[in-house]
Amino acid sequence: MIRSTLRRVTPQLIILALILALNMVMFPGFFHVEVHNGRLFGNLIDVLNRGAPVALLSVGMTLVIATRGIDLSVGAVMAISGAVAASVITGGASWIVAVLAALGAGALCGLWNGVLVAVLRIQPIVATLVLMVAGRGIAQLLTEGAILTFNDPGLVRLGGGTILSLPTPIWIWIGVAALVGLVVRRSALGLLIEATGINERSARLAGINARVLLIAVYLVAGLCAALAGVVVAADIRGADANNAGLWMELDAILAVVIGGTSLLGGRFSITASLLGALIIQSVNSAILMSGMAVEFNLVIKAVIIITILVIQSPRVRHWIYLLRASSGPGPMPRQPASRTPKIEEGRP
Amino acid sequence: MKLMKTLLVSAAIAMPAAAFAENETVGFSQIGSESGWRAAETSVTKADAKERGITLKFADAQQKQENQIKALRGFIAQGVDAILLAPVVATGWDEVLGEAKDADIPVVLLDRKVDASDDLYLTAVTSDTVHEGTVAGDWLKDAVGDAQCNVVELQGTTGASVTIDRKKGFADAIASADNITIVRSQTGDFTRAQGKIVMESFIKAEGGGSDICALYAHNDDMALGAIQAIKEAGLKPGEDIKIVSIDSVPDMHLAISKGEANATVELTPDMAGPAFDALEAYWADGTQPEKWIQTDSTLFTQDDDNEAAYENKKALGY
Repeated sequence: MIRSTLRRVTPQLIILALILALNMVMFPGFFHVEVHNGRLFGNLIDVLNRGAPVALLSVGMTLVIATRGIDLSVGAVMAISGAVAASVITGGASWIVAVLAALGAGALCGLWNGVLVAVLRIQPIVATLVLMVAGRGIAQLLTEGAILTFNDPGLVRLGGGTILSLPTPIWIWIGVAALVGLVVRRSALGLLIEATGINERSARLAGINARVLLIAVYLVAGLCAALAGVVVAADIRGADANNAGLWMELDAILAVVIGGTSLLGGRFSITASLLGALIIQSVNSAILMSGMAVEFNLVIKAVIIITILVIQSPRVRHWIYLLRASSGPGPMPRQPASRTPKIEEGRP
Repeated sequence: MKLMKTLLVSAAIAMPAAAFAENETVGFSQIGSESGWRAAETSVTKADAKERGITLKFADAQQKQENQIKALRGFIAQGVDAILLAPVVATGWDEVLGEAKDADIPVVLLDRKVDASDDLYLTAVTSDTVHEGTVAGDWLKDAVGDAQCNVVELQGTTGASVTIDRKKGFADAIASADNITIVRSQTGDFTRAQGKIVMESFIKAEGGGSDICALYAHNDDMALGAIQAIKEAGLKPGEDIKIVSIDSVPDMHLAISKGEANATVELTPDMAGPAFDALEAYWADGTQPEKWIQTDSTLFTQDDDNEAAYENKKALGY
């Protein structure tokens, strides 16, 4: 299983290595990690730490996209859950209650999306657009438009604290990804999700309860978003309803796409999506460390992302395959037949 | 405290004119709730109107120009004595401002200007955003004296006019000081989260923060995020790295009072005070004010009573 996963994510690993190398060219001390005040301190740690929100979102988003859906509301759900956590904690409750309340809010949002999609049969992009727009308004209502700040050490630790010198958000996203990954891959759940994504009707006829499955994946996406929202709020010790998670749903979708999961549903890889999230964060880090004028930020990001997507496109990958097939006279590592399209003229 | 004083003073100045203001009705079209500052502007305007005996009709546009135009047409139909407008965008106002002019209703623009002929409105009350940057830069010049100082800058949203102005004002102020240089400048999108993330990268890029002498942030929220990044890097904000920013939101006053930040330039939420002054003079004897009334950009440092300022600002609904 580990070997097949490794083979699946090889392109993402290569891209990540290249972007990290680019970072090192830009800033030679990039890989330098030291211990500062009992916490690991360095750019590499920052990439893992700052990548946490998108990594968390991408876990849920991968499952949703695998069912041929999409969840545009996760950014707004982050704002809601952050606002809920902040208002509960400023109301005097303990941090555990605050986190549970935030998760509850996230679950409710996920349930809402799931019911719209699975029961009312509204197209996912439209169904989740409702909450994307309305959700931020709900969050603003909760915080009354201001940044609701808190100082509870328990909650703050989730964003700015460390466990074994590693920032807590890193543990959270790795833990959540491992848990979800194990549940879907150690059981038949992953297979059922893929089946539903490829052809919901046949999945239903084969006895899969697609309705419950669909609601469940949106629920997981909502929970992941809620956790991401708590992490982001805890990081700045305040719930910023106007800005928390703003446009982050797009980064999450991009992470899944870079991870090679098709927007048309079907086969998915959570590991690849996580690598996608780290790739995005490494690009952000490269931009910040480059010291270039801010006007170039989005241009650099666009160029890198387009390059990645072009390299990953089926056509280009086929060309690369042809190139390797025609130039390598020696025994090439055997390509598994399923991974490359069989085209006769490809062979000289 | 300062704010209360300004309010009292402006109220005192307005006293003689108050007789004319009795029973006047003013329509106020506010953008919506986009920030704590705007909430404060609304509450200051309401309080100010009440104090002067002006009936204020308030319309929240929820960030939509069409709502503002509707509100303005409503005010004109009701025959109000004046209109306050905080325009959500700069363009597209000519027609409705023309209608107000035809109805002889003076319009005062609050905190933002519009791209329209200036005979369509009575006056505009705004702060000079270039000047705000200059005040911040001048403070830094005084604070560092002749010592060498590497500054990192957290810019606002790329391309926003406030960002361009506050950058320019600061750059102009430090241009004469050879010992002060901006070594890194990145956008923090005016948010706490981004301010913190970008500051982390500044610290890593500049020798773990030891090469940074000061931070200039285009707004307080980014500075507040940066303060946390500085703390997490094991440095003392306000001492190891001097911090100056703009807006003077309550949390910034709290940070200054704790010694974690050094100075902030106030963007006053009291835009309505000068507007009402101009209107009362206009109602009294038709005095035409200047086309642009600039509000004060007051500097708050650790020498001021920041705890009082915090309480004051908190009460305004920030």
